[in-house]
Amino acid sequence: MEKIKSLADLKKIRDNVQTKIDLREKSEHPESLIQIRVAMATCGIAAGSKETMNYFLNHLEENGIEAVVTQTGCMGYCFAEPTVEITKPGKEPIVFGHVNCEKAEEIIQKYLKHDELVEGIIPVNYQSI
Amino acid sequence: MKDLSSHIMDIVQNSIRAEATWIIIRLCEEPATDLFSIEIQDNGCGMDEVTLAKVRNPFFTSRTVRKVGLGIPLLQQNAERTGGQLTITSQPGVGTTVKATFSHSHLDRPPLGDLAETLTLLIVANPNIRFSYEHTTAIGQYRFDTEEINAVLEGVPISHPDILPALQNMIRENLKDIQADQPQQSNSHQSSNIK
Repeated sequence: MEKIKSLADLKKIRDNVQTKIDLREKSEHPESLIQIRVAMATCGIAAGSKETMNYFLNHLEENGIEAVVTQTGCMGYCFAEPTVEITKPGKEPIVFGHVNCEKAEEIIQKYLKHDELVEGIIPVNYQSI
Repeated sequence: MKDLSSHIMDIVQNSIRAEATWIIIRLCEEPATDLFSIEIQDNGCGMDEVTLAKVRNPFFTSRTVRKVGLGIPLLQQNAERTGGQLTITSQPGVGTTVKATFSHSHLDRPPLGDLAETLTLLIVANPNIRFSYEHTTAIGQYRFDTEEINAVLEGVPISHPDILPALQNMIRENLKDIQADQPQQSNSHQSSNIK
């Protein structure tokens, strides 16, 4: 990768990207994209959630997945950090616990690509009859 | 927390929860006076005196999902362990400033860690917050502002998979240039003499 040091260098990259980008506005329809929320409170950070978030950001595109990756606070599952909440369009959110980079890869390959559930789900939103 | 950038990530989350729209992060390294300081200033909702008096207590938190809040106490512990201190000033409706000082050379001062990663993650996760960053060392100063970056990007989102690594790269190169978190010049000379 070429060296990027100034805003001018960044602009060059941006201009390259602009020619590739089709003009759909992501931010206008966030609900149509997969939402990935990485818990980033003290407990999560101490358990390595920065690495987890970085892993998702860097490995979604190569797998052809379009998603919005953001941060959220502590959900009270400090024992299971790093936790990640994933909401697929039209589905209930699912919280995964103990998501290190290995687990993140498994989630990308199984849940995000094929809707296949993986171990480590924290059951929060079951519904009683 | 194993490094200072984790602390920064953590304290900035407080500012985000306080609904800040502008967060200023200032780092200052002065090996000559043995000072390493981190300052995080926001324009969030601020705290009244009663709340301010309680935030250093590990059993105080504004959350309801758990009973402890360790972000501030952990930072204070790390700062005081090196002979530094933590100061918090806040005004309701104006904002809050958290400043931690460390002894630069102290063995117990955690390393800076991957600051470029921390900053880009914060910027990507909070596209509506303006981040200003200022890092001063004995060599020089590096500063950036997400307002300038967004102006350059002209509508291309920072989270774009080509932009993100470029931004991280840019911050990393510039921090390397001002020798962020490098041991004092004299120390490295000494160690090379010993070899």
